[in-house]
Amino acid sequence: MKKGLSLSYVARNLVARKLTTILTAAGMALVVFVFATVLMMAEGLRHTLGGTGSYNNVVVIRQGSQTEVQSTLTREQARLIETLPGLATGAHGEPRISREMLVLVNLPRKNSTSLANVIVRGTTPTGLEMRPQARIVQGRAFRAGSSEIVVGSGMARGSFGLRVGDRIAFGLRQWNVVGVFDAGGSGFDSEIWGDGEQLMQAFRRQAYSSLIVGLRDSGSFEALAEAVARQPQLKVDIKRETQFYADQSENLANFIGVLGKTITIVFSIGAIIGAMITMYASVANRTREIGTLRALGFRRGNIVWAFLQEAMLLGLAAGLSGLVAAAFMQLVEISTTNLQTFSEVVFSLILTPQIALDVLLFSVFMGVLGGALPAFRASRLEIVDALRSV
Amino acid sequence: MTEALISIHNLSKTYRRGNQPVPVLLGIDLQIAQGDYVSLMGPSGSGKSTLLNLIAGIDKPSGGTLLIGGVDIAALEEDELAAWRAGNVGFVFQFYNLMPVLDAFENVELPLLLTHLSKAERREHVEMALAMVGLPDRMDHRPNELSGGQQQRVAIARALVTDPTLIVADEPTGDLDRKSADDVLDLLDRLNRELGKTIVMVTHDPRCAARARTRIHLEKGVLLSRGAEH
Ligand SMILES: Nc1ncnc2c1ncn2[C@@H]1O[C@H](COP(=O)(O)OP(=O)(O)OP(=O)(O)O)[C@@H](O)[C@H]1O
Ligand SMILES: [Mg+2]
Repeated sequence: MKKGLSLSYVARNLVARKLTTILTAAGMALVVFVFATVLMMAEGLRHTLGGTGSYNNVVVIRQGSQTEVQSTLTREQARLIETLPGLATGAHGEPRISREMLVLVNLPRKNSTSLANVIVRGTTPTGLEMRPQARIVQGRAFRAGSSEIVVGSGMARGSFGLRVGDRIAFGLRQWNVVGVFDAGGSGFDSEIWGDGEQLMQAFRRQAYSSLIVGLRDSGSFEALAEAVARQPQLKVDIKRETQFYADQSENLANFIGVLGKTITIVFSIGAIIGAMITMYASVANRTREIGTLRALGFRRGNIVWAFLQEAMLLGLAAGLSGLVAAAFMQLVEISTTNLQTFSEVVFSLILTPQIALDVLLFSVFMGVLGGALPAFRASRLEIVDALRSV
Repeated sequence: MTEALISIHNLSKTYRRGNQPVPVLLGIDLQIAQGDYVSLMGPSGSGKSTLLNLIAGIDKPSGGTLLIGGVDIAALEEDELAAWRAGNVGFVFQFYNLMPVLDAFENVELPLLLTHLSKAERREHVEMALAMVGLPDRMDHRPNELSGGQQQRVAIARALVTDPTLIVADEPTGDLDRKSADDVLDLLDRLNRELGKTIVMVTHDPRCAARARTRIHLEKGVLLSRGAEH
């Protein structure tokens, strides 16, 4: 049996000071909300880009280029890569390879004068086959040899609002939107896809940007990597498609994380001071009560613990309210520039159990920091002095 | 006279105000028998509360000896002293000092939270104590839903629920009207007579003091006289 003041006594003292408690908790909840939102953003971004592509596809780009857009591969390089071991083959024994060309195109955001860099990917029938997760959800696929394009679901929603039947101008041509595809919330949903040869003509390109290569089986990657390493004249980098996109999310996710944590720490100082003022007031208002408890035989430790619990409970209440508010942010979709690729990426905020736990612990910790000094002060009072206070 | 519960010899207390020593008690000698009911009177500032606080173990003497039930309480460590108070002393304050967020039952239960009693045992003790002070039907009332007299009776129930040998009361009727004060004094009489509690009560009111078996007068930190026993 635990000897000491009951948690209900602690909780009721918080409830008794309704207005102060609510105001203080609201300040702390705001910080929790910001913190949770930032973590959810980083998580959402990781989820979106990390979930892009297939494990059994390999992205080949020019050595040293970080993104497909920066990369150029000659027809010569493409031919050499086709001869490498470990590649999957199609029905007629030809290697499963999609030669792709990417450009960044300026598109206006709706309700805003700002322009966004949107990835336009020139791909091939094989390329579409190799991304089975991208399914047409409206209209139809683009026809090879035409100026038709399909847009990712992220481009169809929110800031861009592209629709079947729209005509978009880029590369000195008009392009007809004939379909919308959905790639399960992955990075592809922020892209526009069209016929590779047509786009290369429109943009007067001779070279490809990247090659998407199917692996014979998931274990063939090492063999392929070795073969590439043995032919330094190839001058290409290869990565599994999933890894390639996951890596693209890291910088932005880390940036959001660091920025968010910095803001959170600065805000939390304010919230902790708020909690401290509230708890000092609680101690001051209850000085005689503390003296009485001590006279009845409660030890200093009981008093410290009661006030610490009160502050932790305050933090927990704030954490829960902030978290509930943050949970609604999952409905929000963010469209922003991935600083790593300078291209637009659309993603949703995601609340994971880990984030919820981290944020609640953080909030309770704010309470502890705010409550520690007042709790200590409460326990330091001499009994007779405390009893004399009015 | 039965054996002394409280044995005080040459007890002194000096406070400090800044660097200035403020002598409050100057060599008190006093024996209080087990089962006695003592009233402590004297002008304001004479040191009544100070003496009571020393006896109750919530303040430390500056000199002399203070034995209660044979225990030298001044020598106890802080946590030992807290445990000693919890087991041996019941407190009645002028302003009742009930916890405003707890109802009558919970206020009375408070000192029992420091014991090993089970929830059921605690309930039994609390109900007995509240019945004793005549408030068995007010258990779920918060202090602000009770009159001053009722609050002081709840406080007395809290003081007796642990069955302490000693009950200390600092002006227990100081904030009450005459009728409520009489109720409280009747109750203290019963605690003394029926339950054999030793009571030390500080008061300004001669009518209150008259209820005690023994009357002590303090003037400027010195014991003046000892009133006769009834
Ligand atoms: N903590 C303290 N620090 C300094 N002086 C104190 C302290 N406590 C009491 N005193 C002083 O000691 C003297 C006696 O105080 P005490 O409270 O014992 O008087 P009292 O007889 O109970 O008076 P009253 O009838 O007004 O309650 C007073 O002059 C008071 O100012
Ligand atoms: Mg006094």
